[in-house]
Amino acid sequence: MFAPVYLDWNATTPLDEAVREAMLPWLGMRFGNASSRHEYGRQARAAIDEARARVAAAVGAHPTEVVFTSGGSEANNLFIKGAAALLKPGTVAVSAVEHPCVREPARQLRRNGWLFEEIAVDAEGRVEGSALTAVLSHKPALCSVMLANNETGVLQDVPALAARVRGVGGWFHTDGVQALGKVPVRFRELGVHALTVSAHKIGGPLGAGALVVDKRLELAPLIAGGGQERGLRSGTENVAAIVGFGVACEQALARIEARKAEAACTLKTLRDALEADLIEAGASVFSRGAPRLDNTCFFAIEGVDGETLVARLDRAGFAIASGSACSSASPEPSHTLLAMGVPAALARSAVRVSLGHRTTADEVQRFATALLQQVNELKQLTAMAV
Amino acid sequence: MLKFPIYLDYSATTPVDPRVAEAMIPWLTEHFGNPASRSHAYGWEAEQAVEDARGHVAALVNADPREIIWTSGATESNNLAIKGAAQFYKGKGKHLITLKTEHKAVLDTVRELERQGFEATYLDVQENGLIDLEALKAAIRPDTIVVSVMMVNNEIGVVQPIAEIGELCREKGIVFHVDAAQATGKVEIDLDSLKVDLMSFSAHKTYGPKGVGALYVRRKPRVRLEAQMHGGGHERGLRSGTLPTHQIVGMGEAFRIAREEMNAENGRIRRLRDKLLAGLQDMDEVYVNGDLTHRVPHNLNISFAYVEGESLIMAIKDVAVSSGSACTSASLEPSYVLRALGRNDELAHSSIRFSIGRFTTEEEVDFTIDLLHRKISKLRELSPLWEMVQEGIDLNTVQWAAH
Repeated sequence: MFAPVYLDWNATTPLDEAVREAMLPWLGMRFGNASSRHEYGRQARAAIDEARARVAAAVGAHPTEVVFTSGGSEANNLFIKGAAALLKPGTVAVSAVEHPCVREPARQLRRNGWLFEEIAVDAEGRVEGSALTAVLSHKPALCSVMLANNETGVLQDVPALAARVRGVGGWFHTDGVQALGKVPVRFRELGVHALTVSAHKIGGPLGAGALVVDKRLELAPLIAGGGQERGLRSGTENVAAIVGFGVACEQALARIEARKAEAACTLKTLRDALEADLIEAGASVFSRGAPRLDNTCFFAIEGVDGETLVARLDRAGFAIASGSACSSASPEPSHTLLAMGVPAALARSAVRVSLGHRTTADEVQRFATALLQQVNELKQLTAMAV
Repeated sequence: MLKFPIYLDYSATTPVDPRVAEAMIPWLTEHFGNPASRSHAYGWEAEQAVEDARGHVAALVNADPREIIWTSGATESNNLAIKGAAQFYKGKGKHLITLKTEHKAVLDTVRELERQGFEATYLDVQENGLIDLEALKAAIRPDTIVVSVMMVNNEIGVVQPIAEIGELCREKGIVFHVDAAQATGKVEIDLDSLKVDLMSFSAHKTYGPKGVGALYVRRKPRVRLEAQMHGGGHERGLRSGTLPTHQIVGMGEAFRIAREEMNAENGRIRRLRDKLLAGLQDMDEVYVNGDLTHRVPHNLNISFAYVEGESLIMAIKDVAVSSGSACTSASLEPSYVLRALGRNDELAHSSIRFSIGRFTTEEEVDFTIDLLHRKISKLRELSPLWEMVQEGIDLNTVQWAAH
């Protein structure tokens, strides 16, 4: 069966085998509505409780702090709009490199009288201390900075940022969707009030996410109705996806533990080897000097259009991305790269490769070869056109 | 071979049809791409699967696929429709109308809008559960912008006169939303002729998976909404968030099957329901809640007088049913739908909703009739009120003494 080599793990991940096994009964004989009082319902309710405990354990939170949603986008919307609804309009500050599902809800708050501020980042994509200082002088009521960026892989110093925002009385949220399963994510140690996580980024199914939230933070629900999730998120629970999410969290945690014991051939080794090849071929690798996820490589080759390169690599049998999936319909260059001061022209050449736990050294090597070949061909075409 | 408990709670949720599961699972496993990934085959094939499913949903209701927006379920669709329309059209007016018998997903949404400064009228229904069209006409104001009436009620199964309400709303330029979660696969829905502007769909009520639904948004004449979920701009900006391919494929397949099998299935189900009804009605003091004619064939909501509700539910543990809708069974309040029909608290508490479906067998119906007969007579034997009624005492004339 023809299957392109999958190197787009940040977009979504293949389903874990253990997750599949766990989910199937809930798409079969165990079909009860968790709110039903009979045995079918009780079974479903128990499965949700178990999944909640697993998700909580994976992030070092208490089960009662976990609110299940349909995914990461919804969880981000719930924090920003839900918290703002119960506060007097003030300032909402998000980093300049957030995913659209954080940035857009925050911008929407302007319609209710909120001020929207972006916290500038440096050339590597890390929040600048001085930029945060400026924002803090406006005493933001709500602040959101992602743990790990989906495009560059850059890790923010969330504990330090959260402490400073808490210091001026603000609520701090972090989008941990790309970080969970790749680096340790511990809710209390992060010192945040809210954390978003998503199942399909960690070997779980699409359709389940969670907002992990400090109970002192009052949220107005986004979705009203039957009162599920203690009133914070109404709607018949998607038992199968929630069960899958719980098992995926366990698996992800186990993999992080296993990685600590590993010596050779980690994802980092593969990624670093690829980057060495790219640099030799004249590529700019973004955020190379910053603390980053081990699996992500975001680069650009001047004069080579990112979309074109990616399309050719797809035909050659490799699945990668130019910019993030969620915005790959839009012709705009990456918002993240622009915020880092990268010129638009170079940003349009950006290509993202993101590896996963099934990626092999052979796959990465074949990819590097194919990439360089395609780049040469494209450069020749450009030279001919001149 | 009977499997216990016998499932007669199809209105709470339905099993995923094996054919639906079979269609879904490849999209959960091998074909796992993010449908928004434009850069590779994993993404494209997922996107194609999503569009095929959209076509199936549209076909069941005779709509254009471009009018179908994916959501996480009917609850979200109801929220999006009502809040989305109210917020968009609030310049025209601030008045909303709905029925007292709507699902909480509609009622709580309307209440939330009231807190935001909108005004709402919650119409009473007739004793048979149907809307009074004259009452609706009288309630409409110059500043009414949205009317929401469900097509099929989840508790009592009655079917509202959606066509007539649609004509009325269109005439007055009012946005008409219909919660059709309980309707798909049970009644014919033709959005080309019904003057409905927004319609909510659920997959898990029609043998599809939980966690996915849709909202129909009319293009001609164009209906506008304020999005409620912001982000990557998915679904033409109306609903951001990565689309769950396998769930959407499941909904598409479920709706495709519904379109093909609805007529034949309804015939079979009606026969089974009527058998159940006949089998229960031969007991005394048994009342059907809601109009029997304007009703889906799957639903039977019955009150058994002089039987304590909780005891009844416990006594018939061999069948999985519902008293009050699933979404609110955490609380032991008597069903607000039954109260709206004029049932008093005791009768409301002593009611059972039987809802049958695709996999219900005649054997299961026979067992249920027998079980109810045995348990009801036993419980009534223990009931002092029943004894008094048998002796001819009119309970309304009794002076109850407090201890």
